[in-house]
Amino acid sequence: MQPKRSSRYSALSLARHAFSGAPWPRAWRSAEPKPSYDVVIIGGGGHGLATAFYLAVNHGITNVAVLERTYIGSGNVGRNTTIVRSNYVLDGNTQFFDHSLRLWEGLSHSLNFNVMLSQRGQIVLGHSPLQLDVLARKGNIMRLNGIDAELLDRKQVMDLLPYLDYSSETRFPIWGGLLQRRAGTARHDAVAWGYARAADAHGVDIIDQCEVKGILVQGGRVSGVETSRGRILAGRVGISVAGHSSHVAAMAGLRLPIESHLLQAFVSEPIKPFLDHVLSFGAEFFYISQSDKGGLVFGGHIDGFNSYTQRGQFPKVQSVAESAVALMPSISRLRLLRHWAGIQDMTPDGSPFICRTPIRNLYLNAGWCYQGFKATPAAGWCFAHTIARDEEHALNRCYSLDRFERGLELDEDGVGNWTYKQ
Amino acid sequence: MLRIACPLCGERDYTEFRYGGDADKRRPLHGTADLKAWDDYVFVFDNPKGPHREFWQHVVGCRQWLILERDTATNAVGVCELARALANAREDSRR
Repeated sequence: MQPKRSSRYSALSLARHAFSGAPWPRAWRSAEPKPSYDVVIIGGGGHGLATAFYLAVNHGITNVAVLERTYIGSGNVGRNTTIVRSNYVLDGNTQFFDHSLRLWEGLSHSLNFNVMLSQRGQIVLGHSPLQLDVLARKGNIMRLNGIDAELLDRKQVMDLLPYLDYSSETRFPIWGGLLQRRAGTARHDAVAWGYARAADAHGVDIIDQCEVKGILVQGGRVSGVETSRGRILAGRVGISVAGHSSHVAAMAGLRLPIESHLLQAFVSEPIKPFLDHVLSFGAEFFYISQSDKGGLVFGGHIDGFNSYTQRGQFPKVQSVAESAVALMPSISRLRLLRHWAGIQDMTPDGSPFICRTPIRNLYLNAGWCYQGFKATPAAGWCFAHTIARDEEHALNRCYSLDRFERGLELDEDGVGNWTYKQ
Repeated sequence: MLRIACPLCGERDYTEFRYGGDADKRRPLHGTADLKAWDDYVFVFDNPKGPHREFWQHVVGCRQWLILERDTATNAVGVCELARALANAREDSRR
């Protein structure tokens, strides 16, 4: 018999459980696969679960299965640096990522699950007058799109972040920065669990330990999937498996503008509250924040060659640590508690795909590069729209699969899979 | 640490090398008018999870371009050879 599904979480239910001592019921059912569904989502990560949730809530489609190869929260949604922000420059990205941030702002209420959104503000540092001009332009573009941005001079940065290296010897002097106060962090596991629980409450089947082995295509149209738990027929199929997108899309005979690369992230031993914001170094690709448990959470660039190993190379550990200490010499003696490498879809222009594919009723959400976590709500929202309506929403029209051949690249930062060509 | 056995210099850390991408891609001939062929060459990748043949340049060693066999699922390396032989063979096949 299935354990009883959890009721609505509230202060009252918290108090009741505290007094009764009874174990909390499971947050979602362990569903058995049915022979067929209206929509099958491949990939039970944050994006796949969010897609199922918005299919149910926004489009009334509840005969949906989310298939996960291992367990919910085992992929990149459970292993990232948890930053959310919307400080983008290019049309398309700007609107999409601010839509995402606005969804983040109401997410705990939408899901009845505390995703612990902490809008502590993100500061991108500028290390030369020219870089400050670039940040001013970025801030102006954000403000013209109704997004908050504040340009900070050196004095203001010193007041906010007194622990940075402001000495005359520093290789990259700090001239100022760009602050987005609405940016911050969220609890990544809670995002996966919250979306899973909320989608399940709307009738979505979340099926873990179910690996997709093949995609059934007949006459240019998808009809279902072969899995380790048998054949599942589907009216529509969405692929949302970042890291393994090429691998799964190949089952349908598709080749993608994606390479799989390793991105490492690091957590230090916990220390007392020290870093109040999310901070991005302007001289190197480096970003850092402090978790609620006290660990400094930080990351850098990809390792630089395609790999599915989930094992990072040591030279990248060293260069990221060098960035950390260049910025904040006081943390030089902190020890790393853990570090890991996730497999990341890298696209040639650093932007994702949320789109239809050349195969009818097969849809793709992939290519998230460094930005998958912050995009989770909007990616699910837009992917659900694309699947339900069989057409892209205005917010994700720019993320089409054929944008390269049409000359419509969306190259925000020059951080695609071309690291080796720089 | 990924180690690459350069045929001229011996086995070295991968940091001495620059990665150059999939070696099995064929650049369309100059003058090819079919833009689809160029799109495919520049932007689309097989990106296999398993055996992969790829270019590396030994930038702080002999500066030769190499072709390395590597399994992308394990990073286990196989044969590493000079890319020149392959380039010459491709040139011949185009004449």
